Amino acid sequence: MADAVPVARSPLAHLPEAAREMRDDLAVSLRERPLLGLLNLRLDAASEAAQRVKAALGFGLPGEPNRATGEGGRSALWLGPDEYLVVTEPGGEAALARSLAEALQDRGAVTDVSDGRTAIEIAGSRARDVLATGCSLDLHPRVFRAGQCAQSGLAKARIILHQIDDRPGYRVFVERSHAEYLWLWLMDAAAEYRAAT
Amino acid sequence: MLLIPCPWCGPREEGEFAPGGEGHIRRPEPQAASDQDWAEYLYYRTNPKGLHFERWVHAAGCRRWFNVARDTVTHEIRAVYKMSENRPEGL
Ligand SMILES: [Zn+2]
Repeated sequence: MADAVPVARSPLAHLPEAAREMRDDLAVSLRERPLLGLLNLRLDAASEAAQRVKAALGFGLPGEPNRATGEGGRSALWLGPDEYLVVTEPGGEAALARSLAEALQDRGAVTDVSDGRTAIEIAGSRARDVLATGCSLDLHPRVFRAGQCAQSGLAKARIILHQIDDRPGYRVFVERSHAEYLWLWLMDAAAEYRAAT
Repeated sequence: MLLIPCPWCGPREEGEFAPGGEGHIRRPEPQAASDQDWAEYLYYRTNPKGLHFERWVHAAGCRRWFNVARDTVTHEIRAVYKMSENRPEGL
């Protein structure tokens, strides 16, 4: 028997196209960003290792809780006082993990957690209203703006929320086993805004 | 529903947190402790009507433990402070 080659597969891949697509010209658009590279990074932000990590990433880690930094398709999200989620383009995680491990020189840890979650992007003038239907975070722009992130719950699923721009657009990282549930929940919650532009 | 100010994340809904019981409980020195000391360490809690010092964890958020000084009658949160800090004075 030939060796089975593992193939990365989105947890939403089995849904029919019609159920996965939402148009961009509506007040809420939804799209999956499958197979992003996700690295859990643990280190002391005040250490010299953090300076080397900055050089490896091309930008500094967020200095404040629940903030994100990023550049050129990569981002770093604050998860805890010594913990970050580094997001990179699909397929880029192995090389980035190696260069981060080199930068850490054992003064921290980097773990590839790409397979644990998928990302759903929700954007548009009513995106905030859709999220507010199932999330207890205060998402009003005077409190939560582009460049901020938070770990919380959305419709009882555990999520990491990252506001990526002022459309507003959000990236919702959801655990793999809750991805289909949350996708279908979001489609349903967005339905009432789909007619209005 | 309480609004609990996580020392790292700021105010979040109670559902994001899990309580961890009374705070500032010291494990006695095993060799020196009497049975009574152990029993008190393991099972005896102050259970006050009023100001209570307790531990919470921001389970659905940053997953860090911290201390909360909460009034058990009014649910008013009088202080929030990190695990490494002592009980605040003058509450
Ligand atoms: Zn927190």
